[in-house]
Amino acid sequence: MLHDRLRHSNQADMPFSLAPARVHEAEGHGRRAFALFQAARHKGPLVWILPAHIPERPMLRGLPEGVGERLHLLRPEGETDLLWCVEEALRSAPVSLVIAEPEKPVSLTAGRRLQLAAEAGRTTGLLLIRRDAGSNATETRWRCEPLPAMAADSTPHRWSLNKNKKGTTGSWVLNWDGASAAFDLVAAAGERHQPAEPAR
Amino acid sequence: MGLSRGMALADARAICPDLATRPADLAREAAALGTLRRWASRYAPMVARDGVDGLMADISGVPHLYGGEAALRDDLHARLERAGLTAASAIAGTRGAAHALARHGGGILAEGRIADGIGSLPVSALRIDPDTAEALARVGLSRIADLIGLPRAPLARRFGPGLVMRLDQALGVQSEPVAAEAEAPHFGVRMTLPEPIGLQSDVMAGLTRLLDRLCASLALHQRGARRLRLELRRVDSGAAQVEIGLARPMRDPTRMVALFARGVEEIDAGFGIDALRLSAPLTEPLAPEQIGGSPALRQDDALADLLSSLGNRIGFDRVQRLLPADSLIPERSYLLVPAAYADAEPGPSRAGPARPITLFPPEPATVTAGTPPASFRWRRMRFTTLRATGPERIAPEWWFDDPAWRSGLRDYWRIETREGPRLWLFATPQAPGAGRNWYVQGEFA
Repeated sequence: MLHDRLRHSNQADMPFSLAPARVHEAEGHGRRAFALFQAARHKGPLVWILPAHIPERPMLRGLPEGVGERLHLLRPEGETDLLWCVEEALRSAPVSLVIAEPEKPVSLTAGRRLQLAAEAGRTTGLLLIRRDAGSNATETRWRCEPLPAMAADSTPHRWSLNKNKKGTTGSWVLNWDGASAAFDLVAAAGERHQPAEPAR
Repeated sequence: MGLSRGMALADARAICPDLATRPADLAREAAALGTLRRWASRYAPMVARDGVDGLMADISGVPHLYGGEAALRDDLHARLERAGLTAASAIAGTRGAAHALARHGGGILAEGRIADGIGSLPVSALRIDPDTAEALARVGLSRIADLIGLPRAPLARRFGPGLVMRLDQALGVQSEPVAAEAEAPHFGVRMTLPEPIGLQSDVMAGLTRLLDRLCASLALHQRGARRLRLELRRVDSGAAQVEIGLARPMRDPTRMVALFARGVEEIDAGFGIDALRLSAPLTEPLAPEQIGGSPALRQDDALADLLSSLGNRIGFDRVQRLLPADSLIPERSYLLVPAAYADAEPGPSRAGPARPITLFPPEPATVTAGTPPASFRWRRMRFTTLRATGPERIAPEWWFDDPAWRSGLRDYWRIETREGPRLWLFATPQAPGAGRNWYVQGEFA
């Protein structure tokens, strides 16, 4: 009941709120941007778990404001250790958001386990998965793609909610510059009434 | 051989051409002397260091236990020799006399014969500074016996009160106690069991009792453990060991015991365990804390517990934190440090040119001509440039020889592609084949 109320209160003003104490999934090229956007919207310590051999690292100066000093980076070797780390971090109460990048598809059993851990620790989890490697146990699944910008200073993304256990799905185009938690939605019509380039 | 302390190496080599030399490791020597001091406490309750190479023991009331002073000294020498140590020793009624005699032949001075015994030794044996010893030699006072007969007042006026004090201390006119240093607190507790145990719950129960005692001792000395080691001795004299690390100094038994659970699970108890030993090899100062503190404090505790349990499984160097660093080189503009050994610092300001959210080692991109390239392939994807911001020129830090930056300057471009991704590319204009060398190093939000 609590989840539903929170979700509904959030859904009205903010379609991108993740239901608390649940595990969610994000796929697509812009999934790390989506994860950082969520990190900026969560108060408290953050945990980012990525396999040791992945070359990508978050770059401190590029992170949204206030995220860098709260972020803990775990780099376990092997999928078992990674899932163990996710479960342990989800189970601990002070962590507000756990971001993890599993390499293989998460099985239904593992997914359920993570959901139970998230409920036990009242922590939100976000798995950044390869395309179509999702688990059925997930609460929501997002597909995040960066879009080419029509104007010079905009950084549009398309974030579509493809699966939602307790609500409707949808697709949004928004501008988020990666600096703070603020964003602005682009009109759903998606058609500009002014020329793309300002008249000279 | 003619070699002596304080001699120049060239002189020593001239005397003894095949001389083997090693640099002095003063810290390890001091540690070894400390260990020897603990061992020497078997001869006397008060043993103190005497300079950097000597020990001074107050053996009043001890020799009869060994059958006399000579027997005690023989016992000491026999044991040191067995351990491979060469030592010189002396027993005398005063500290000064024993110091002097031990460095000039050694031996035992009977009660009341101090003046005779050390009279023939050079004045430098009196623990006086070399300048005073030289000044004494210049006026013809080379042996201690020469000093004993002289009137005190002129001696003190000419050579300072230090000389007279050392002389009086050697002769026993002035007292000089052996000031043994305090024993460093030892954090180790043990438990031997009358019957062997094999159940995990029994081991954990024993561990809880040991932890209570260890934490009481830690609290007494205001310290917190950083590493804990549990050694288990099996009946068949095998041994098992569980070691845990802690993300910060701690002395809370209930939180520590949880970290041992996984290690204890994996122990092979064999025919049973009959002794447990728990020690804290690494401790750090930890002031007493207010219990039941604010929610923020409890949250910090819970986070530290999480980092401890994660670190014990995947290794503490894999639980990291991002710290800002002073460098314009993207790779070195921040540090990944173990979270257990560094506190969070406020992040750097986002002023200046934009930086990507993820950074990776440079990956070559296949480009078409143009600066910036009109299209390129990267990770088997084709991208067309929609908009480019740049260049931002970053020069290598000449004071570091970084292999990745041997190619010289880099011109960084933020390239927005028609396909969506916003990438951080750079070109190396100084490298051979300029214009074709493009690399992708990061991705923007």
